[in-house]
Parts: sequence; structure tokens; C-alpha cells
Amino acid sequence: MEAVSPTVLNLIIFVLAIYVGYHVVWTVTPALHTPLMAVTNALSAVIIVGAMLAAALTETTLGRVMGVAAVALASVNVFGGFLVTKRMLEMFKKKDKKPEPAKLSSH
Amino acid sequence: MSMNLVTLLYLVASICFIQALKGLSHPTTARRGNAFGMIGMAIAVVTTAAMIVKLSGPQSLGMVYVLGGLLIGGSIGTILAQRVEMTKMPELVAAMHSLIGLAAVAIAIAVVAEPWAFQIVGKGQPIPVGNRLELFIGTFVGAITFSGSIIAFGKLSGKYKFRLFQGAPVTFSGQHQLNLVLGLAMFGCGIWFTVTQDWLPFILMTVLAFVLGVLIIIPIGGADMPVVVSMLNSYSGWAAAGIGFSLNNSMLIIAGSLVGSSGAILSYIMCKAMNRSFFNVILGGFGQDSGTVVAGGQAARNVKSGSSDDAAFLMGNAESIVIVPGYGLAVSRAQHALKELAHKLTEKGVRVRYAIHPVAGRMPGHMNVLLAEAEIPYDQVFEMEDINADFGQTDVVLVLGANDVVNPAAKTPGSAIFGMPILEAYKAKTIIVNKRSMASGYAGLDNELFYMDKTMMVFGDAKKVLEDMVKAVEAG
Repeated sequence: MEAVSPTVLNLIIFVLAIYVGYHVVWTVTPALHTPLMAVTNALSAVIIVGAMLAAALTETTLGRVMGVAAVALASVNVFGGFLVTKRMLEMFKKKDKKPEPAKLSSH
Repeated sequence: MSMNLVTLLYLVASICFIQALKGLSHPTTARRGNAFGMIGMAIAVVTTAAMIVKLSGPQSLGMVYVLGGLLIGGSIGTILAQRVEMTKMPELVAAMHSLIGLAAVAIAIAVVAEPWAFQIVGKGQPIPVGNRLELFIGTFVGAITFSGSIIAFGKLSGKYKFRLFQGAPVTFSGQHQLNLVLGLAMFGCGIWFTVTQDWLPFILMTVLAFVLGVLIIIPIGGADMPVVVSMLNSYSGWAAAGIGFSLNNSMLIIAGSLVGSSGAILSYIMCKAMNRSFFNVILGGFGQDSGTVVAGGQAARNVKSGSSDDAAFLMGNAESIVIVPGYGLAVSRAQHALKELAHKLTEKGVRVRYAIHPVAGRMPGHMNVLLAEAEIPYDQVFEMEDINADFGQTDVVLVLGANDVVNPAAKTPGSAIFGMPILEAYKAKTIIVNKRSMASGYAGLDNELFYMDKTMMVFGDAKKVLEDMVKAVEAG
């Protein structure tokens, strides 16, 4: 029997990951849809892994330039995405203390 | 470091990414989820760096280039994340989508130039046909994501004079035919590249995809942006997955698919909240008047208009109030003034709650983030289906810069927005509507709500009006 082609294995991973993504994302509360988009920006920036290979292991100028550019572009998203998500989620945290006095005064 | 170990560490990173999304099911678990995401990313980057050092040897300058790129990009990203205003989140997100798209294209170019650097083939050998096809798909999706997001960014920021960056849709005859022809030409070049691995079809295909990205987004109006931003979010994920396929990297495929399905689900939710099909939004041209606010436009019909003081009096004497924020709140950055008003009213014993329509604002969840920024407790903020039943028992509804999402025409068969789920503000005992003018909403429809006997219009900038209301409530 011949070996299974990497494309088929990739396809299996792809389909299963979509399945997981579908189920996980439906559990996200609508209130956090903006942080969801920000964090997914950071997650898709994982292509930085490919960019790093391009920047470090290529020998031609074209490969190098493209690699370094891709590393820079993706790392804007890695840092920006996670940090802005963190910033937003902190805002959702601060209010944990507030409801108590608010509720007291309304009764 | 063996390739098996690398791949297993990538698996750990992938699990962390899933945890990052899972955490967002509740505000209390979301921060831990985000920490998982960061850990996953750190594992991915460090593992790759270790692999690079092993492959290239310690004397190689390779990692220097990587660190240079990281330093530049990382600093820009950090500064952006710290400085961006919450009202500008849609623009930031659109800009980030475009970066992912461009990075995907850059990586693809490097792969075509030197495939052996990515360990997918031996030195000097051609790329396997399957990987070429995947490379083509990753590249064109990335290119469309890039140029489309640039246009979306321009439309969202609304600051630029450039016609393509304006909220109003750009339509011309034969538009869809042109897109179809360009799309087919692009696929043709892609197949050509898959067969020959030549630069010419690859470049042609990439250029066509850049053009298509622009053409796809320009006919879509400003207020359809929640769908567009979600859609581009999805594309950026598929682009990453496409690159993962061509590099045979499971972690990229997993992360890309997670993002892709997330964006697709958000697009679906947004379309459903507007009662429009995805294709209807994408084909565009809806709402020619969108994006621009016509100042001082006077309707022929009479409305009851009042001052901030009148409105404050009504609210001060109410038992319960529901506030409906819309895009107008974001435009005038009035979230802090709103919080102040809610605080004063709560002190007077008024029960204040907020009702959020899924498409309020310019991206999914936009209003929730603005309210959170103003430190409004999230347990006072309700989604449409959770609060619609309560409008009938509400004394006062305060509508701030929202229009179509409270338009009762959605209940009238034959109306352009018939069937769109709305916040049933019209059921409340009194309705106060703050708008800048009588200009119609993005659907270009008159809003019956404004003409009802129990409705009072308060014209003016949301922030100014809210500040006046705060003073009036304090005085009263």
C-alpha cells in the first residue's frame, strides 16, 4: 500500500479543526465578539512561523526581504492582537466590583 | 530538536489557541483564555526559533533577521494596542486583517523563490503539485484579504477624501460581470501556476487577487461593515490555513481554521440580525445614503422635539429605563457621558439597563466594548432576545444614535427591512430619541418610531446632549 499523501492528512486536520472551531465559537458570548475578532487576529498571525523560516533560512535577497517583511507584519498582529484583547478584557473585569453599590441604591 | 518534537510542541500551541477562544464564553474566563493564547504563541515562536538555530547552525545570521522583524513589528503592535481608542476598534481590526493578508502573500513569494528553505522539498527540486495548488489558494485569499481590508479600513475610518474610502457604496454597470471575469482569469493563472510553477502566472494571479479584493468591498455600504469585517476576519484565517497547507504545518492549519470558522459564524450572525442573505450583502449597493450624516435635514412630517432638560425630567421620574446605543454613540465618543447619566439616574432610584442589537455599531460586539470601557457593569447590558420582552413594562427608552435597529417598519410586510429582528423600543411608555438630525438610517427608510405621539426627539451630538442631561438630572 502506498503512503497517504500529506495533503490528505492536512485535509483531515483542516476539517476537524473547522469542526472544533465551529463548536467553540458558538459558545462565545455576543458581548465579547469584539475581543473575539481581536484575538483571532493574533491567532492567524501564527503564520509568523512560516515567516520566520523565510527570514532565516532563505538565501536569495527576494526570499530574505519577503521573510523579514512577513515577520514584521505578522508580529504587529501577534503583539497588537493579544495586547488589545487583554486591554479590552480588563475593561470587562473592572466592573465586577461596581454592581454591588448600584444594586443597593436601586432597591 | 527533532521534527517530531517540534510537531508535538506545535500541537500543544494549537490546544492553547482553542483554549483562548473557549475562554471567551464568559467575561470571567476570558482573561485566562487570552493568557493561553499568548502562551501558545510563545511556544510556537520559540519552538520555531530553536528549529531554525538547529537547521542553520549557531553562526548563521538567520535569527538576526527574524529578531529584527520581530522587534519592528512587535513595537508597532504594542504601541497600537496601547494607544487605540475603543471607538476605533473596527479600524484597528480591519488594519490587522490586511497585515495578515500581506504577510501570507510575502511568505508565499518566499516559498516560490526557495521552497527548500521551508523543508517541503530537497534543495533544487520543484514544489510538489499539491503544495503549488495550496500555495495558489493561500496567496489569492491573502491578497484579497489585504486589499479588501484596506478598503474596509478606509470606509470605517471615514476620514479620507478618496472616493473608494467613503461609506457610500461604489457601483457601476457590469460590476458583477467584471468581478466574475477577473475571478475566472485569476483562477486560470492559478491553475497555470499549479501546472508550471512559473513566476509569470503567480504574479498575474496575485495582482488580479489584489484588484478583486478592492472590487469586492467597494460596493458594500458603510453600515454593512459588521458583515464585511467579520468576512475579512474569516478570510484572514483561511489565508493562514492555506499557507499551513503549502508548508505542511498542522498548527497553521488548525489556527487558520479556527479563525476562519470564527469569522464565518460572526458573518452569519450579523446577516441574520439584518435579515439579509450573505450574498445580498456581498453583492452590495444597499443603502446608497449610508455613512454620511446630513446635517439639519428637515423632514416634512412633524415630530415632537424636546430639550435635554425635558428628557432629563422624564428620565428622572421614571422607574425603569432601557438605553439603546447605536453607531452615533461611537461617533461622538459619548460612552463616558452615558455612564455618568446612568450613574446619576441610578442614584435617584431609577433602574437602568442597556439593550444591544447585534449589528449596532460597525463590528460585532462594538457597543459592548464601549460600554465596558465606560465601566458600565456587564450584567446591566442585555442582548436583544433577552430584553425585548421587557420593553412593554419600561417607562422610558433612550435611543442614542441608533435608527434601523429600532424601526418598527421591520414588522410591516413590504418594508425594505421587513423581517429584520429589532429592539422593540416602540412598546415602551415613552421613547426619547437622540439623533444629530432627521436624516434617515442606512436603510434609507423613514422611522415610524420618531413620529409616534409618545416619542420625543432630542437633536444634537450624543455627547453634548448626554452632558446636558446629566446637569439637568443633577439639578432636578
